[in-house]
Amino acid sequence: MKKSLPFLILLLGVVYLGSTLAPPANQTEFDLRGFARLPVLVDGRIKPLDTVARTSLLVLQGRQRFVAPNGVSLQPVEWLLDVFFNPAVADDYQHFLIENPEVLAIFGREQGNQKRFSFNELRGGLSELERQMRLADPVDEPMRTPFQREVAKLYQRVVLYQRLKQSVNLEDSPDFFADLQRFQNLLPAGIAAVRAKEAGQPYNEQDYKAVMDFASRFQFMSESGYLLVIPPEAGNPDVNGWKKTGDALMDTFRRGEVNLDVLVYAALGRAWRLKQPRDFNDGVKAYGTQLARQFKPQLLKCSIEAGFNQAQPFYSSMVLYVLAFLLAVISWLKWPETLQHSAFWLLALAFAGATAGILTRMWLEGRPPVTNLYSSAVFVGWVAVALCLVLERLYKNAIGAVAGGMIGFGTLLIAHHLSLSGDTMEMMRAVLDSNFWLATHVVVITMGYGSTFLAGFLAIIYIFRGALTKSLTKETADALTRMVYGIVCFATLFSLVGTVLGGIWADQSWGRFWGWDPKENGALIIVLWNAIILHCRWGGLVKQRGLMMLAVFGNIVTSWSWFGVNMLGVGLHSYGFMQAAFYWLIAFVASQVLIIGLAALPRGRWRSFQTQSA
Amino acid sequence: MRPLLQSFLRFFTSLRLTVVLLILSMILVFIATLDQVNLGVWAVQQKYFRSLFVMARLPGTDLAVPVFPGAYLIGGLLLLNLAAAHAYRFRLTWAKSGLWLTHFGLILLLLGELFTGLWQQDSLMRLDQGATKAYSESYLQTELAVIDTTDAKFDDVVAIPTAALEKPGIIQHPKLPFTIHTVLFYPNSNLVMRSQVPNAAPPPADQGFGPQLVAMPQRITYKQDEQNMPTAFVELAGPDGRIGTWLVSTLLTELQSFTLQGRTYELMMRPTRFYHPFSITLLKFSHDRYPGTDIPRNFSSRIRLQTPDGRVDREVLIYMNNPLRYGGLTFYQAGFQNNDQTSILQVVRNPSRLLPYVSCVLMGLGLVIQFGIHLTGFIRRRTAVAVGAA
Repeated sequence: MKKSLPFLILLLGVVYLGSTLAPPANQTEFDLRGFARLPVLVDGRIKPLDTVARTSLLVLQGRQRFVAPNGVSLQPVEWLLDVFFNPAVADDYQHFLIENPEVLAIFGREQGNQKRFSFNELRGGLSELERQMRLADPVDEPMRTPFQREVAKLYQRVVLYQRLKQSVNLEDSPDFFADLQRFQNLLPAGIAAVRAKEAGQPYNEQDYKAVMDFASRFQFMSESGYLLVIPPEAGNPDVNGWKKTGDALMDTFRRGEVNLDVLVYAALGRAWRLKQPRDFNDGVKAYGTQLARQFKPQLLKCSIEAGFNQAQPFYSSMVLYVLAFLLAVISWLKWPETLQHSAFWLLALAFAGATAGILTRMWLEGRPPVTNLYSSAVFVGWVAVALCLVLERLYKNAIGAVAGGMIGFGTLLIAHHLSLSGDTMEMMRAVLDSNFWLATHVVVITMGYGSTFLAGFLAIIYIFRGALTKSLTKETADALTRMVYGIVCFATLFSLVGTVLGGIWADQSWGRFWGWDPKENGALIIVLWNAIILHCRWGGLVKQRGLMMLAVFGNIVTSWSWFGVNMLGVGLHSYGFMQAAFYWLIAFVASQVLIIGLAALPRGRWRSFQTQSA
Repeated sequence: MRPLLQSFLRFFTSLRLTVVLLILSMILVFIATLDQVNLGVWAVQQKYFRSLFVMARLPGTDLAVPVFPGAYLIGGLLLLNLAAAHAYRFRLTWAKSGLWLTHFGLILLLLGELFTGLWQQDSLMRLDQGATKAYSESYLQTELAVIDTTDAKFDDVVAIPTAALEKPGIIQHPKLPFTIHTVLFYPNSNLVMRSQVPNAAPPPADQGFGPQLVAMPQRITYKQDEQNMPTAFVELAGPDGRIGTWLVSTLLTELQSFTLQGRTYELMMRPTRFYHPFSITLLKFSHDRYPGTDIPRNFSSRIRLQTPDGRVDREVLIYMNNPLRYGGLTFYQAGFQNNDQTSILQVVRNPSRLLPYVSCVLMGLGLVIQFGIHLTGFIRRRTAVAVGAA
């Protein structure tokens, strides 16, 4: 039994990972999967409606899971369908996250258990919210008070919701499909009336008013819509040809007939609202087939992306990382060999999941792995875990598995929080639009971050086991020292080469090798710190514990360079001020300082080494 | 004498000194980065990285005292430390070849930064669509141009750096039949029509546009997206005494002309110009965005490069990450203005720009060799242990 345990655990892990690939059980008769995969163009990228639904939910309420007022949990795309086609119902959905008590006061509410509110609940305070937004607007982002920042956030959420509602259907139209049919029938007479009026001839007042009324409503739709839902006409492969529904409707006056795709969406909406799954499913299917004629590669990507969203490989990896970590820690107390083996294989499995996720993202984006802060978090963890797997293979003492589980979980958790601001596959701004440099400089420097963190976490294991338990034997201590030293060497190489490559990129694109930009300085500080560790070691200025303390300080240096410099809000690399993350950074730095303090306790107070010297 | 020399040598070759210097440079970089929030990147470079000492004012006085070693001092000592260590401590052996390469690369990198600091010249070329220019402009320095336009065939320009106007004293130039004396100087300013400020003090200027304007001093800005707009009141005096006082400012885009002894002169304060032996014409500037967004996808300038002798006449497309290199200069797409009608090219002359490339290769290679030696040693020991155990 004990022998086959690692195999059994690995098998369970594989089954768990495999189960995430299975499509969700469709609780409804509607073809939600088909609808979720339909492509729209938004933020410069063609993406499936599933991604729109999920990122919108993240932005509005900080999580993808949504529970309707009747207690039923909805798939993201079901929620989106209601926002599009059933706004009267969606207005009662509690999806606006408000945590700030001062912002709650705008709506005459006090802080209680409720954190999420519906549009109808907020309706009364919207004009006050708008007034507060106008007051906050002239203030530069970093200078805003927490209240102003929360006001701006909520305002953007409300605007996003309102724009989503106007993206496919007109909100004020109870039956948009019937409306469009009426419009189509009216069109010849209406246009004749408009022409006649312009020419100063007698015209039909009623037709004129009716057609102008449609025009102004469509105009409003075009101004407020968010998604570019309507694909370019047949034979036009240009991505600039995608249109908002409102614009496509305005085109009707030129074309003389309503765009078919607009009608398809209106019909889907009607079927959804009237709960007619057969009509809905036929519509989705027919629309998909028709799109496939022109947009086969895009449809494939959307389909894979929707599947990727559903499977959430990074989430599964996170779970597996935690399990690997726990098994590895337990292995120090009981069944060392069996559990170490199990932990190693679980870690490898989690790593495989994360790798699959990264590869899928790379294929979807057509980019190297790191393109923004989010993907850097994922990749930092990936690099550290890869190194941990190597260490674990070499030393077989569960230390690599503990460090790997911890860093893998931590970095994916950070990535999750970074993903709350919306779509993580953004388009690259012109300056950064260079796959060559993204693949070299950015990847290498991120490997430097990952390995510096790994050295720090290995050092933490040394300090915790040494100071708090009796488990740190001389052999383990020596092995850990070799690991930390080796990883610091690796980190020095990668952070140095990555930093210099960054300088060369800057020379190629901005005309200076080094500009003392905050992010560049951050990278330089990591290089300097790793060099300091190595020179201290070579010069015999530090022994084992000193090396460990220095390595832990490396965590502070790296976290500051990675996130801290972005919070300064200056420089070419600044991605915006991150208020909430600042407190986490402070907390992390404080924890590392405490650990260094723990390591600095006199050796007599350490529980290990009571008899030996270190 | 000998023990003194030895302790001196021991100090400069010691690894302790290396570590101390590395820690100092880390602190310097950290503080300089934080200070960018207040000073902006330009002032920070001067204060921390292009100086021997970081100076700070004693509270309550105007006295500046050194509070921290600057990058020149730390870098210089680091160079000395490295050179001394290699001369006296390290032997040139295969086992140390990685270290030699890495350190030599580092020396090159430090020297490269020093040379860049000393020799690099940055300027901007602002080109309207269709316009041709043979000069670029500094983005920090300004000058007072005195242009003799008497001869219709050419302009004779005397350019006086604004920094010279800032200092007290009288400026003379052999080509000018008059002296220039600064009455009042604002490093950053704003100009308002006098009619809008009814109770303003009487104008120091009595010539040109000066009498109609009121100059208001402004705080010196360090922000990267803002520029200081200096204004000066300059008094011109010929052999027969005072000629008059003019207001000159980079805010005034029109020339102010006057005649003296039968010659016509024009005054203008403008960004310092660097003339080039070729001209550039902007044929077309393009600014592409991702569909349905305002996210810039690419900026590019199609330009025509010409020399007066007619030997060079070609079209070049400059875009992001793809500059034009010509005549020791590099032209980068830096920005745009004026509703995409004006393209801004950054013009850089940096004779030492290749040094970092060389040092990158040397240091990367050096570290790979050094750590490779460690790694093979580690693996050999492990296999030895494994064989011993078997």
